[in-house]
Amino acid sequence: MNAVALADPVPDARAAPVAKRRSWLKLLFGTPLNALLTIIFGMAIARMSVWLVDWAIINAAFFPAEPASCQAAQGACWSFVIAKHSQILFGIYPPEERWRPALVCLLLIGLLIYSVRPASWGPRLFGLWVAAIVAVFVLMLGGVPGLTFVPTALWGGLPITLILTVVAIGAAFPLAIMLALARRSKLPAVSALSVLFIETTRALPLLSILFIASIMLPLLLPEALLPDKFFRALLALLLFAAAYMAEVVRGGLQALPKGQSEAAEALGLSYWQRQRLIILPQAITIVIPALTNTIIVMIKNTSLVLVVGLFDLVSSGKAALADPSWSSPAAETYLFIAAIYFILCFGFGRFADSLERRRKVSR
Amino acid sequence: MTMQSFAHDVAEPAIEIVGLNKWFDDFHALRDIDLRVEAGERIVVCGPSGSGKSTLIRCINQLEHHQQGSIRVGGRVVCREPKKLEIIRRDVGMVFQSFNLFPHLTILENCTLAPLWVLKQSRPEAEATALHFLERVRIPEQAHKYPGQLSGGQQQRVAIARSLCMNPKIMLFDEPTSALDPEMVKEVLETMLGLAHDGMTMIVVTHEMGFARQAADRVIFMDEGRIVESATPDAFFDNPVHARTRQFLDQILI
Repeated sequence: MNAVALADPVPDARAAPVAKRRSWLKLLFGTPLNALLTIIFGMAIARMSVWLVDWAIINAAFFPAEPASCQAAQGACWSFVIAKHSQILFGIYPPEERWRPALVCLLLIGLLIYSVRPASWGPRLFGLWVAAIVAVFVLMLGGVPGLTFVPTALWGGLPITLILTVVAIGAAFPLAIMLALARRSKLPAVSALSVLFIETTRALPLLSILFIASIMLPLLLPEALLPDKFFRALLALLLFAAAYMAEVVRGGLQALPKGQSEAAEALGLSYWQRQRLIILPQAITIVIPALTNTIIVMIKNTSLVLVVGLFDLVSSGKAALADPSWSSPAAETYLFIAAIYFILCFGFGRFADSLERRRKVSR
Repeated sequence: MTMQSFAHDVAEPAIEIVGLNKWFDDFHALRDIDLRVEAGERIVVCGPSGSGKSTLIRCINQLEHHQQGSIRVGGRVVCREPKKLEIIRRDVGMVFQSFNLFPHLTILENCTLAPLWVLKQSRPEAEATALHFLERVRIPEQAHKYPGQLSGGQQQRVAIARSLCMNPKIMLFDEPTSALDPEMVKEVLETMLGLAHDGMTMIVVTHEMGFARQAADRVIFMDEGRIVESATPDAFFDNPVHARTRQFLDQILI
């Protein structure tokens, strides 16, 4: 039936743009008040755009990437970002070894983009991710033949942000599912433990959890028993994200009618089969918007690791600004960093959106 | 007892319930239920709402757990232990009032899911069985649609096919037509009549008295958690023994 309607789209295609244009005009100039607001905001936007283009492009300094070009410029000092891009992106990682974090970033971003395609989903993708994470840590840490050892204290910049995001959120998601299932368990001990963990973690600010992980733990436990600061921060982020995501997933579990689980039970499916095949696929689909929200917040929360002395993207940008030979173009540096966060978060948002639309089609 | 059940007298009963009691907190939902269902027997359970008829059949596959008494299905004691329960559930199909199809799976996937995962059938085998039963409920052409694209009557017929794909020995129906628009009731009842004619052991909770007259070997009337009356359809409708049964029939029959 749909095919018939689609086969003859010509009349619609012509009428639609005209109707669309009319409704836009009506929206912008339909009443005197709307017209007035349109004119005022239109002028303001035009004025600001002109100023922005002047500052960011026309009067900006790009090359040569030296302090002198910046001092001469009226506008933005992009030459700083160009000169310091390696330090902003990779922090205090030894400069001669920076191809390694660069490769790590490419690997992670490449695999993220590959993972977006529904066609690539499957056990093979999971295997690829495990291999990629192993490769990431081997490349970053080194200590194997051909790669000098670089302790995590020297890691910095974009790879830290990407590794924290991907590993913490990637591992938090299955943990969150287990916590959500545990909280609804009929076994009192299991659900009580889950409630205790979730409520404690949610009641503490992420900052304090990071402090506990990086400063308090070494006071309580001998250093030899502890993983180093980077892994402690990673673990703190992971647990924090898991507690929040668990509650989001639980919301989805509660939204499902009881009949779904009963029908699966009546067919003889085991508990884990019911969860995996019937309950979770539906529950998670319901909470995609809320889950997206939590994940985007967590991507940005990774920047909080700067308080425990890790050089993520934001703090390595800040460190680069400390060079006295430049006039500290903070706005340009932070805009550059913001652009990277925007790409990560906006990209993830679009991915979640496509997931939702995909599910709607299948209903 | 009818001819039908005599034929099976020597064999193991399909279901044997003895002294069953069930409470929801303080509410005594089932009181001292004794019920023996022979293989191939068709039983219709009716009664006012809250009388325990749904609870009774939900105890048989343990969607509700009972506190007292025993239930045997095909000679096996029904208990709460998951592994043993899953084996019993394979033999006991259930059709719900609200269909409970899995909305994220196609009709075909709904039907093949349990055979694939529970019976470990191969995909071609499971799909062939599924198509066979979808044909039997007369909707093979909908196999690749999603439940949301089907009418209520079609969904309920798929739910019946989904249960049949497990090759159950017993089918439980929990008010299968109560959530349907009136014009869709008949297509579901016809499917159920077909099953009854083929000798499936069935317990049907329903108020469709026409179905009871046509297909039931026995009609059971429940009130306040008790089995009040159990009789052949003719005796039940024409000559009910208990005053409470007569009162109920007066209320539902015009």
